[in-house]
Amino acid sequence: MKSRKIKRRFLSAIKFIVLGIYLVIVIFPFFWMLMTSLKSSQGEIYAFPVRYFPKTPSLVNYKEMLWKGNFARYMLNSFIVSGVAAVCAVFIGILAGYVITRFKFKGRGTVLLFFLVTQMIPAFIMLAPLYQMLSKFGMINKLSTLMLLYTNMMIPFSVVTLRGFFASIPSEIEEAAQIDGCGRLRALFSVIVPIMLPGIAATFIFAFINSWNELFMAVMFIDVDAYKTIPVGLNALILKYDIKWGEMAAGTIMALIPTIFLFSFAQKYMVEGLSAGAVKG
Amino acid sequence: MKTKQKFADSRNRFIFFMLLPALILPLIFTYYPMIKGSLMAFQSYNLMNVTNIKWIGLGNFQKLFANTPGNIFYTILKNTAIWVIVSLFFQFTIGFALALLLRKKFRGSSVYQGLIFFPWAVSGFLIGIMWRWMFNGTSGVINDILLWIGIIHSPIAWLASKDTALLSVIIANIWYGIPFFTIMITAALRGVPQELYEAAEVDGANAVGKFFNITIPSIKSVILLTILMRVIWIFNFPDLIYSMTQGGPGGSSHIITSFMMQKVQSLDYGLASALGLLVILFLTVFTIIYFSVTKFGRLEE
Repeated sequence: MKSRKIKRRFLSAIKFIVLGIYLVIVIFPFFWMLMTSLKSSQGEIYAFPVRYFPKTPSLVNYKEMLWKGNFARYMLNSFIVSGVAAVCAVFIGILAGYVITRFKFKGRGTVLLFFLVTQMIPAFIMLAPLYQMLSKFGMINKLSTLMLLYTNMMIPFSVVTLRGFFASIPSEIEEAAQIDGCGRLRALFSVIVPIMLPGIAATFIFAFINSWNELFMAVMFIDVDAYKTIPVGLNALILKYDIKWGEMAAGTIMALIPTIFLFSFAQKYMVEGLSAGAVKG
Repeated sequence: MKTKQKFADSRNRFIFFMLLPALILPLIFTYYPMIKGSLMAFQSYNLMNVTNIKWIGLGNFQKLFANTPGNIFYTILKNTAIWVIVSLFFQFTIGFALALLLRKKFRGSSVYQGLIFFPWAVSGFLIGIMWRWMFNGTSGVINDILLWIGIIHSPIAWLASKDTALLSVIIANIWYGIPFFTIMITAALRGVPQELYEAAEVDGANAVGKFFNITIPSIKSVILLTILMRVIWIFNFPDLIYSMTQGGPGGSSHIITSFMMQKVQSLDYGLASALGLLVILFLTVFTIIYFSVTKFGRLEE
């Protein structure tokens, strides 16, 4: 009896050691980037054998990137573009998701298929024709173009996800509101949307993070410095023959900060959302 | 009767206008360029040579598969297969093993899941930048660690050598993809009814027997679905390669989609679109075969 208990303790210890090692492996690249970004001299950054901690942590790389590298501008652009795109995608998703869950109409299955197909096609096949189309209408090098494209990019996800949240709310609630004299839209926005707020927030955050991360469209459609987003700024640096890794690391960490912040809010919903799909799947 | 008709009209109009924005943007900015892009695959369409845009039938495909020395397309096909199979195998097995450890909830297990899931919110491009720095040949931390452990005896130029470039991007990709499997399979494992295990214990089943007779069959549909999703996704994922090696040296770490991205950037749209069509073709054929081999559709019922 006793030996079984010892055996179980031993197995449990091994389990936590393995999980601990994996956690270190997950975190290490981020840790290493942060440490590199805080080193002030080239000698320290490129030392081999490597130094794991900076001698005296310094923000010089961040200053260099923010002001000389124009990253303050890029960050602002990224925030505006991702914020607007995420709001638009969620709003459009609410309208469409609501109708798809609450109304039976001809072609409802086709509409869902319409959104799913967009997710299966490699995005690169669209880039060239899109470039032609945008330049014909004078839409190259505009932040509003990126907003439009990112809204479009996130619409299918937004519709499909919000549809799931609508389905989880009993339709009696808005029927009651309609009997009280609310129109359909009023009932939607004053009764249903407030109940769905956690789901809407999670969808918004996901759309924001995806727009924040987008690189290939931004690289193709923006080449004026004033309108670059963060990934475009980093892309210009990584294509250089001689990469300055201290500044590169600082730029990477800055690009990560909003993601860390938003993810810690939405983490629960994202994990749960994915998992719910897994259990049903 | 008339009021009923009127009601139906206003209902349909309501549905139409609510769906309109969600349909019109993808029609203009996804479907139209997609169809136009597919047509470009059959054209000689190079913006470096705009005066010479014309229909060439299967010319782009012939160029890709041409049996000329210096054509790296066959290497790229081989790389793509290795990239997908090796990445998927390790992402799945390591992800599955971790999920088994996470099945029983413990104090802090949801925080733990959140932490290991975080890389998923970061773009492949940024992840690639981080691994590029870690794999650096002269000051890289990976060389430092491996030298310290004693696995290697002198620093290796991981990303600059033809022998190790593909291996390096695959290692980064495995790291990136494990959490997805862990999260999905953990959720599926927790959904298996405990009674099944208890009943098996009454029948005297051991741990191995329970694993193969209860665990695996119960989560089979999740496993099959996640693997299919990941194959499509890994196939379509040049971001890491783009920021780590740009497909180099000498195309040794290119996969089809990273090669396609390079063709788009060098403005050879015809060839890029031909590559895109090949990707769609491969994935469609794969999905059909996958469904028929695994009888996945029937499992769903």
